[in-house]
Amino acid sequence: MLANADLDALFLTFKVASISTVLMLLLGTPLAWWLARTTCSWKSAINAIVALPLVLPPTVLGFYLLVLMGPSGLIGELTTWIGVDTLPFTFPGIVLASVLYSMPFVVQPLQTAFASIGEHPLEAAATLRAGPLDTFFSVVVPLAKPGFLTAIILGFTHTVGEFGVVLMIGGNIPDKTRVVSMQIYNHVEALEYNEAHWLAGCLLLFSFTVLLLLYTVSKTQPNVQQLK
Amino acid sequence: MTQPIIARFKLDYDNFKLDIDLALPSTGITILFGPSGSGKTTILRCVAGLQKAQHGFLQINGKLWQDSEKNLFLPTHKRPLGYVFQEANLFPHLTVSGNLQFGLKRIKKSCNANDLQPILELLGIDHLLNRLPERLSGGERQRVAIARALALDPEILLMDEPLAALDYKRKQEILPFLSRLHQHLAIPVLYVTHSQQEVAQLADTLVIIEDGKSLAIGPISETLSRLDISLTQDREANTVWPATIIEHEIDYHLTRVDFIGGTLSLPMIDAAIGTKLRVQIFARDVSITLDLPNTSSILNILPARIIELSDDNNGQRVVKLEIDKQILLAHITLKSSLLLNLQTDMSVYVQIKGTSIVN
Repeated sequence: MLANADLDALFLTFKVASISTVLMLLLGTPLAWWLARTTCSWKSAINAIVALPLVLPPTVLGFYLLVLMGPSGLIGELTTWIGVDTLPFTFPGIVLASVLYSMPFVVQPLQTAFASIGEHPLEAAATLRAGPLDTFFSVVVPLAKPGFLTAIILGFTHTVGEFGVVLMIGGNIPDKTRVVSMQIYNHVEALEYNEAHWLAGCLLLFSFTVLLLLYTVSKTQPNVQQLK
Repeated sequence: MTQPIIARFKLDYDNFKLDIDLALPSTGITILFGPSGSGKTTILRCVAGLQKAQHGFLQINGKLWQDSEKNLFLPTHKRPLGYVFQEANLFPHLTVSGNLQFGLKRIKKSCNANDLQPILELLGIDHLLNRLPERLSGGERQRVAIARALALDPEILLMDEPLAALDYKRKQEILPFLSRLHQHLAIPVLYVTHSQQEVAQLADTLVIIEDGKSLAIGPISETLSRLDISLTQDREANTVWPATIIEHEIDYHLTRVDFIGGTLSLPMIDAAIGTKLRVQIFARDVSITLDLPNTSSILNILPARIIELSDDNNGQRVVKLEIDKQILLAHITLKSSLLLNLQTDMSVYVQIKGTSIVN
């Protein structure tokens, strides 16, 4: 059965994932919108940077973040300057790391959804007196709904499953940075296979349910609605 | 009459130049006519503000919408216009009713469904309100799009080839609605098309656009008959006369109509006496005789005066004639023209072999 420490780890994991997903949507939506529409020559470079975590070993990303967030890193100096603790081995630290790590899973579905909406509905909205921001919320968001759904599900689940980045910058502090994947690792290290089974089973079931939901939704609702 | 529309746009792209200076009437349908790629849609988009001309000046009903010298450019959503796109461009996530209300909500007018009733009836869409756009036919979609633009009570209606994406049947379904609009609308309409049929049926003013320039602009009867325009050489060259039904000859299946220069016999028209309509006469259906023929199967023979003769064009000559004040074009062979020794100012008779009613 799940012990209290396991439940704490589960709770912490979902807290990290929820906060990260909200932050990723807030940051990723404008970024995806810009990437979907810009003709700026920086587009490819930005696209590549956003996609980096897809191919980079999480430990590499974690290592760089650790250095950056450390007392002599750029982010570390910033946090010292504004008078807060350095981020490694803290809850905000793993949230920040998760946001960067899972960002492509939010930006890419949104970018695809935005790009496929095309110019026409935006122009129609403009001729019907809707300003740019109004158009975004009343036309773009509803039309990109499947994209948002995909982004939320992928961003959330990917954060739930992260290990390497947290290992590098979060360590293994109960209630602060000890997420489920870390807890499973601890169990296995201690040869507590039974406990590891329970926790691993929980994550497996969760991931399967979410993906099942995703594919059911994307089957009934075509990823991008064609403009009629 | 309020001040006309003044539109001056200069655009310079790598492979396309636009340079026009138009003063258009503030009532009726003005058709921008020209081949594809001539820049007519670009003009419409500049008027709407969907595209920004590097140098532009646009004034509608005395209000300035763009003046690049003053660095003034009203964004599209602040221009009181209605725009109908080639593809209906309805919002797929909203019902017909939602589409119609979209703009209304934004101009904070009362969203009273009754206000829309005349427009819904005019366009015959009152039974479609709860449907989603994907459940509409192409013709229905385009009618909803027109209603959506009109619902805002715009100061000008812009229509970009609204029928081009529809098949022949759908076109015939919508054209009567557009003709009805024509009679009900008090606002100016700028209408882009490359269809001669739509020109004949709808235009009051015709602007001919070619290679980003306006070749001719004026009332339809004048513009269609300008011999310096290649349109008059075309097989489809025609003139359009306004006429009124005065009599039905039921035994002969004929209807007589009155026009400025006299009367015409047309195939029976199913409409009441007094109905106003447009008669289209193709230049290829008109022949010329010097004397009034006593024996001819052709019913419509009218006295006319030659006002202009075109140059020879591969053995064909275009003759511009006048019946009272009504202009008529005739395509005849160079040989006939020489045999009859046709000259400007000569009095002749024209035989009109065929006519078509456009609305």
